[in-house]
Amino acid sequence: MVIQKPAVAGTVESSDALVSVEPGDGKIELTLTSSVMNQYGRQIRDTVLETLERLDVKSVKINIVDKGALDCTLKARVECAVFRSSDASEKDIPWGGVIR
Amino acid sequence: MKNYVGRDIPDYLLVNGKEVYQGKNYMDGKYMKKASPCTRRYEKPQESKIVETLADALKLCGAKSGMTFSFHHHLRDGDFVVNMVMKAAIEELGLDDLTIAATSLGAAHDPVAEYIEQGKVVGIQTSGIRGRIGEVVSKGLLKTPAIVRSHGGRPRAIEGGEVHIDIAFVAAPTSDCVGNCRGIGGKSNCGSLGYAMTDAKYADHVVVVTDCLVDFPNMPASVEAIDVDAVVVVDSIGNPKKIASAAARISQNPRDLMMAENVAKVIAATPYFKEGFSFQTGVGGPSLAANLFLEKYMDERSIRMGWAIGGICGPMVEMLKKGKVGKVIDVQDFDLDAVNSINQTPNHFEMSASQYANPANKGAFVNKLDFVVLAALEIDTGFNVNVLTGSDGVLRGAPGGHPDTAAGSKCCIIVTPLIRGRMATVCEHVVTVTTPGDCVDVLVTDYGIAVNPLRLDLIECLDKAGIPHVSIESLKEKAYSLVGRPDDLQWEDKVVAILEARDGTILDVVRKIKPFTLE
Repeated sequence: MVIQKPAVAGTVESSDALVSVEPGDGKIELTLTSSVMNQYGRQIRDTVLETLERLDVKSVKINIVDKGALDCTLKARVECAVFRSSDASEKDIPWGGVIR
Repeated sequence: MKNYVGRDIPDYLLVNGKEVYQGKNYMDGKYMKKASPCTRRYEKPQESKIVETLADALKLCGAKSGMTFSFHHHLRDGDFVVNMVMKAAIEELGLDDLTIAATSLGAAHDPVAEYIEQGKVVGIQTSGIRGRIGEVVSKGLLKTPAIVRSHGGRPRAIEGGEVHIDIAFVAAPTSDCVGNCRGIGGKSNCGSLGYAMTDAKYADHVVVVTDCLVDFPNMPASVEAIDVDAVVVVDSIGNPKKIASAAARISQNPRDLMMAENVAKVIAATPYFKEGFSFQTGVGGPSLAANLFLEKYMDERSIRMGWAIGGICGPMVEMLKKGKVGKVIDVQDFDLDAVNSINQTPNHFEMSASQYANPANKGAFVNKLDFVVLAALEIDTGFNVNVLTGSDGVLRGAPGGHPDTAAGSKCCIIVTPLIRGRMATVCEHVVTVTTPGDCVDVLVTDYGIAVNPLRLDLIECLDKAGIPHVSIESLKEKAYSLVGRPDDLQWEDKVVAILEARDGTILDVVRKIKPFTLE
């Protein structure tokens, strides 16, 4: 998918994450802050990168402010931000496809 | 050297007779020489001990660089006294090389962090460390490792001379002109002054700081004039709103209530649950709610609680007034209901920290305790509990009376949700051991109950009562299946804090955390 415009998903409530995406310049640029950075920073990064790969996003600036979200929440927030950034969040969501 | 709970204690700390933790009751029967303070004689009658300012009081007590000042935390997050005293000592008198020996330090004392950064405060000894002080100590900015002791370990160390207090400061809601102090009757009331009592008896000098001067004699006094050198009257010793909350409300959170109900079930299944049983509970959500469910079982079986101790709050006072508990004895009050009840409601008494929890005296209250219900930041598969360091390795907690009540009680129940956010509360190894696993008996979580395999008797009780329980390993695996297996924290060698077991042996150390990078 192509990130067409800036979009956000999520909140900074405890156990959630705020995910912001904007168009990138040909690569994936991830910035991450997390309340559980020392113990889960790497796992959060891996989850985010895997989700982007699954959505076939190749170029994005993505910023995550994590407040201890579980992996399922992180995936959902990343997916939502990406779909919003390409105006696809109200239609054409491939339920059961790349969204599973 | 590895200790009883598997923690590696650096050999250079094991000097002057310091030993590593060897299991509970290791010091039983040993002898201890008590320290004695060097105090000034006030033979000539004094009309009043009131001095104009804190600086005057410090001068009167011969304050100089290198001294140890002690404080107590009954004013909790509303306390102004620590900051006022340290400011007078450092900024007015120009002292440095100071050590603070406090019963707890928190966000109210953030300004002290700057004195640590400046190298003016070089030692911290406390039973709780939070806020900015915890952060700067964790960064290794304190010149010597902080020493963290339980509420019972602290008076042991003072009485045994391991901590020598040069000047003790008593934050007194009321005092008379010669220093008889009480925790009530003023505008910044805190109720019990239990933590200040040992300090006042063992310090060379004692300064009372009050914002409400009352007629002599202020009786019954918690800290007595016979131990006091000077009285300073200030505008305000603390923010009453932060000293005692309006009333500790019992949680409405269904998860907390479910866990609380299970705690009560476990208690009711043991042989200690009988007429006259004794009890302490923390003030966290599920711990406090356990009171409610316990009352139901007490009514059902027509039994009364003999006595309760602790930090006390409203629900326990309510039970006292209803005649469901015989006596309440407390070292600290958490809400206005408790503050207004101590020494007022019949059978609601005050006690010192030593009387509460000191393992080296001849019989602290905790030793007669049947049940204690406590919270935990983390508990590992060895039932070791951490209530001090966060999942980032930073000091932000307080052992308080946790290790003392766990060790003294016949049945110690830890109640905690399995996960908090993405943190697994039940884990493989806690970051820091603050209460050793040989003192913890039952774990109640929202995903099941686990009993320490050391307590075969309790396992039998639960089985008889038909209360399902699982292994703590299975709870840990459940937690990790939800949140993922955490990476190990990365530490530097430098020790920033020493965790003393209540008997004075070394239970664990906290090292400086390595700055985290994703790469």
